Amino acid sequence: MLIKTSAALLLWLISAAVYAAGIVDTTLPNGLRVIVKEDHRAPVMVSQVWYRAGSIDEFNGTTGVAHVLEHMMFKGTKEVPPGEFSKRIAAAGGRENAFTSRDHTAYFQQMQKEKLELSMQLEADRMANLIIDDASFAKEIQVVMEERRMRTDDNPQAVLYERMMAVAYQDHPYRRPIIGWMNDLEQMTGQDARDWYKRWYAPNNATLVVAGDVKADAVLALARKYFGPLTPHPLPVRKSQDEPPQIGIKRLNVKAPAKLPYLTMAYHAPVLRDWQKDWVPYALQVLAGVLAGNDSARLQKSLVKEQQIAVNADAGYDAIARGPGMFMLDATPAQGKNVAQLEKALRSEIEQIKNKGVSEAELNRVKSQIIAADIFQRDSLFYQAMQLGEYVTAGLPPEALEGRVAKLRAVTPAQVQEVAQKYLVDDALTVAVLDPQPLESKPTRPAVPGVRHAN
Amino acid sequence: MLIKFLKLGLLASASFWLAQAQALMIQRWQTPQGAQVIFVESHEIPMLDVTVDFPAGSSYDPADKAGLAHLTQGMLDQGAGGLTDTEIAHRMADVGALLGGRFERDRAGVTLRTLSSARERQVAVDVMTRVLQAPTFAESIVVREKQRVLAALREAEAQPGDVAEKALYRAMYGKHPYAHPEPGEAASVTPLKAQDLRAFHRSHYTASSAVVAVMGDISRSEAEALALQLTAQLPKGEVIAPLPLPQLTPASDTRIVFPSAQSHVLIGGVGVARDDPDFFALYVGNYVLGGGGFDSRLLKEIRDMRGYAYSAYSYFLPMAVPGPFMLGLQTKNAQTDDALKLARETLRQFVAEGPSEEELTQAKSNLTGGFPLRIDSNKKILEYLSLIGFYKLPMDYLDTWVAKVNAVDVAAVKQAFARRVHPEQMATVVVGAAASAKP
Repeated sequence: MLIKTSAALLLWLISAAVYAAGIVDTTLPNGLRVIVKEDHRAPVMVSQVWYRAGSIDEFNGTTGVAHVLEHMMFKGTKEVPPGEFSKRIAAAGGRENAFTSRDHTAYFQQMQKEKLELSMQLEADRMANLIIDDASFAKEIQVVMEERRMRTDDNPQAVLYERMMAVAYQDHPYRRPIIGWMNDLEQMTGQDARDWYKRWYAPNNATLVVAGDVKADAVLALARKYFGPLTPHPLPVRKSQDEPPQIGIKRLNVKAPAKLPYLTMAYHAPVLRDWQKDWVPYALQVLAGVLAGNDSARLQKSLVKEQQIAVNADAGYDAIARGPGMFMLDATPAQGKNVAQLEKALRSEIEQIKNKGVSEAELNRVKSQIIAADIFQRDSLFYQAMQLGEYVTAGLPPEALEGRVAKLRAVTPAQVQEVAQKYLVDDALTVAVLDPQPLESKPTRPAVPGVRHAN
Repeated sequence: MLIKFLKLGLLASASFWLAQAQALMIQRWQTPQGAQVIFVESHEIPMLDVTVDFPAGSSYDPADKAGLAHLTQGMLDQGAGGLTDTEIAHRMADVGALLGGRFERDRAGVTLRTLSSARERQVAVDVMTRVLQAPTFAESIVVREKQRVLAALREAEAQPGDVAEKALYRAMYGKHPYAHPEPGEAASVTPLKAQDLRAFHRSHYTASSAVVAVMGDISRSEAEALALQLTAQLPKGEVIAPLPLPQLTPASDTRIVFPSAQSHVLIGGVGVARDDPDFFALYVGNYVLGGGGFDSRLLKEIRDMRGYAYSAYSYFLPMAVPGPFMLGLQTKNAQTDDALKLARETLRQFVAEGPSEEELTQAKSNLTGGFPLRIDSNKKILEYLSLIGFYKLPMDYLDTWVAKVNAVDVAAVKQAFARRVHPEQMATVVVGAAASAKP
């Protein structure tokens, strides 16, 4: 929990930073938020720049542009020619990469602690000075299409997930795949990427997270030196595009070359907005832990081990998002069982919780795991920084992360039952089924319906 | 991590990290039953990581029972020492501990991550002990878990990357035990019985072949007691015969028609064993060829310059006896042959000419400068401990790592590649819709 001491207040006056629970959280005059978490176990650090720009901010016709821009960010500036960014980081012993999600795009370097300055210098430079030329765009968009083929088109479960999201959400931008629809990628231009960069890449739309064997004051000084001079610019108004409430169950069938059927059941659910007042997202997280996560959970125990109706069964819920949430179940039927039987079995597990609730012992088991996992995660610097970036980009303060375990521990059996009753309902449900098509015969159409081949 | 090291900030970075590595203070001993223990004490996080490994990976499958080793390992925690599968899962979850496994061609074993506080640790270690020493192998559970393995094998048939890898290992290793897939094949898994598993456990999960790696918040004397508890009652077992050396297979070209948008291209050959004196020269050299991401020739040629693929890479996988050296990429079907040609040419040229001085300098500065990242968490250190123990690497393996990388020069890379990589003798596998095309 956050305790603001007078000493912390004094520091705040001096450096405009909040020191709490080992985390420094401050904002530079140009709007760049800087978060530092000191961890002195090893002489290394991770530096991540998070932009509040993900596929949620895209428009139809240019889906995938957030991710394409992520690729283009490695293509050079006036000061740092193409290929040099990665080369300089590598020469300094660093590991680097980037990732794009629905809510954000983030870039990171993991390096010896002495190399933080290099990382900041390069990130600040490409925040403002990226050059996107049409020739390098033309090559990189081919790479992105290959990435789409590899990750989605040739992976039947990924195809199912993509199509399911496009049905579960009717209006909200979460209906669009992060990697973008192939047709949009085929028609994307360098100008689309330039527009995106101009719109969203600014210090006032970014958060710098540094974790590791660093001194917060030194990090802030470097941040001021390199990011401080960058000019902020007004950001477009973000419209919430609220999903209209679902008013009846949705079902879809997806045919793709595959060997095993596969089933997903996705329910609309809220996410965490006010971390201190909200309790539903914490209860949904505990509910997911009751249902799945390891061999002691209900789906694994009942469906896989006892009834042997599934070879795998899982449940998941992410409380941290800029947009709406989803509580998802997914499972693969055992040999000789079909998806209809599997759906019935999954529903019966949900009904049991709705009708009979969960036991205190079961809840304590889930909570023990949450408490232990909170200790275990201290072993990964990267994960700690990652969580801070996700929370902050989703509009939650670092204190929400600190307070998370206490909030989860406070969840009661009655609350778990209540959220199951309220949110795991048919009217908010989308059921998607993978209908395996033979691999042996050569398809007369492209492998994945709707995906055109660029050749 | 870790033991605090002296502040040596003024020294050059390489020796600085050397000091850091030495500060790991790896301790090693043997139990009276012959189990090897390798331990690093670290009290910074109240947690404990343990792995216990055996030479019981898929290469130890009896000839007609491919998949036996994998099923045996998977069954360990599905009932043991008087506890049912569910009781095992509940006991672990109740204390927040994570019981996992490792399964490779050489190694098989069990991993544990637990809080180090006495109550949690005792429960977790007690369950791990039962799982290692007294798995039940109930026939009905074997039937169930076999079905799950068979489902996973069917699922893999739908993944072009998995299909390609399976075909490549067959082509590279012929009749050698590394040839078959780690989880076996449907035909050999189907007839497996509980008694097969019991026999395999008895002969392969033995005290004298166990390698126990321990990392975390316990003292030396606690670690000694822990290792003893985990291994003392393991089966005695006979000494397992070492794996045969793989023979060099002739060049081959396998094309598998598959309804995918991309073709998966793999090129491979038998590479080196863990103890090969050429290992560092090959490892550093491969950074330049295909291991160094955007620094590597393969990614530059195939992705950066031509946009052919998202990923293009090469690696050596050193094993107990020579493991594979592999190149891989995935590209849309129509340009498969161009990409394959380019990958082969890049390899041929690298083997013929070696890296440039500039490329090698870049490789060495990344690898040596990045060394601290290799040991910056308990989990990563534990993996090294297990590796050092299992493959009998020298105790100063981490201490000398940076120096060995630095000692590699252009000539050493060239000579090592010439000895170990034979582009004209390698196997090629293409899985995809373009597979019917001729090379």
